[in-house]
Amino acid sequence: MNAVAPRGTGGEPHRGERAAALPVTVSPALPSAEDTAGPPAAGSAAGQQPVALVDLLDRVLAGGVVIMGEVRLSIADVDLVTVSLQTLISSVGTALGGPAAGREPDRDR
Amino acid sequence: MTADEGTWVYAVAGSIREEWFNGTAGVAGRPVRAVTAAGLAAAVTRVSLAEFGEEPLHRHMEDLAWLEATARAHHHVIEIVARHGPVIPMRLATVYYSDAGVADLLARRQAEFADVLTWITARTEWGVKAYAAQRPAEPGPPGPSRQAGPATGGPAGEVTGAGPEGPAGPAGPEGPGGTGRGAAYLRRRRMALSAKQEARQAAISGADAVHAGLAKLAVAVQLRPLQGPQLTGQASQMVLNGAYLVDDARSGEFTAAAQNLASQYPGIRIELTGPWPPYSFAAVDQDAAVDQDAAVDQDAAVDQDAAADRGREPGR
Repeated sequence: MNAVAPRGTGGEPHRGERAAALPVTVSPALPSAEDTAGPPAAGSAAGQQPVALVDLLDRVLAGGVVIMGEVRLSIADVDLVTVSLQTLISSVGTALGGPAAGREPDRDR
Repeated sequence: MTADEGTWVYAVAGSIREEWFNGTAGVAGRPVRAVTAAGLAAAVTRVSLAEFGEEPLHRHMEDLAWLEATARAHHHVIEIVARHGPVIPMRLATVYYSDAGVADLLARRQAEFADVLTWITARTEWGVKAYAAQRPAEPGPPGPSRQAGPATGGPAGEVTGAGPEGPAGPAGPEGPGGTGRGAAYLRRRRMALSAKQEARQAAISGADAVHAGLAKLAVAVQLRPLQGPQLTGQASQMVLNGAYLVDDARSGEFTAAAQNLASQYPGIRIELTGPWPPYSFAAVDQDAAVDQDAAVDQDAAVDQDAAADRGREPGR
């Protein structure tokens, strides 16, 4: 489904301790349209690489159609999304196995 | 049926068959059903308002495990619908008191939903994130872990080979004229900072170019807010977080372009995600839904306003 393969420049181990700097990495979000028999990409404990949580939240919390449900979070407004994501930062960082929150002060905010 | 239950809405589509969800659990592990009205259908699940009412929802949103499970269930159902045709994803936590409320929604907004479904037919969302290709320079004192290399002059500057301008030159640990460790440290730090800045500038212009190149292949674009390093779990700075709605016929072209552009700008590293259901482009009453006439002309259709609004906020 993905025409782009991570460009594996086999050599050059890019000295960093982490984060091999491939120019393009590809994360599957959906099985291809034809792949109806395929196992779910999300929520399955099975082998398939699940969608990264941060990407998923970026879409389900900030994307999608906002309709005023009768019961509604004020999630419709961006504030709560931001707040939720902010409060989740440390846990997400841990969950992703990335650098722990606070490892690098975010001087840009 | 009972007053303490509500109806969670995942998505709207032209038609939805409940057998698509055989063996699939929706949110809260409950079954997924279809509500049909006005020639449209919504995928829904009955949920307990003790868990999904307004107040409990607020609490649960702060619970990562709950949020992840719910988000994945929500996405999974949308994904299944997407396999069968165009789908309009609802934002997480759209809850009605009853199926009838959902049916009413379908009827009231039938025309808008139908327009959007037509617009997104045979189109797919792709996500492209770009990061500065290197770890930013450590602002602190010389790294305890990484002081071995005398000639590297700090972590910045050498990794990308982004250009010949790398100022992290050969100064060495005690550059010429250095009088003491303190002065040498300050000098190194200044160089590291300016190297970091230049690297960031290079990354931002690279990201601009990548975005411009990809936007030409898309019928609509949306620049999403950049995510900080803590959220991405990546030490390097995100410089682009774009969503692109692409005709399925051009998917291959798009992903190939992402790769080509990435190799042209070594100052950045690119992550491509997708294909996604059109989370970023299914807005019913928002500007992001470029109208159909405009969509004929690709360049015009690219939603410049949305791009501008979302803001690149490169420096800050």
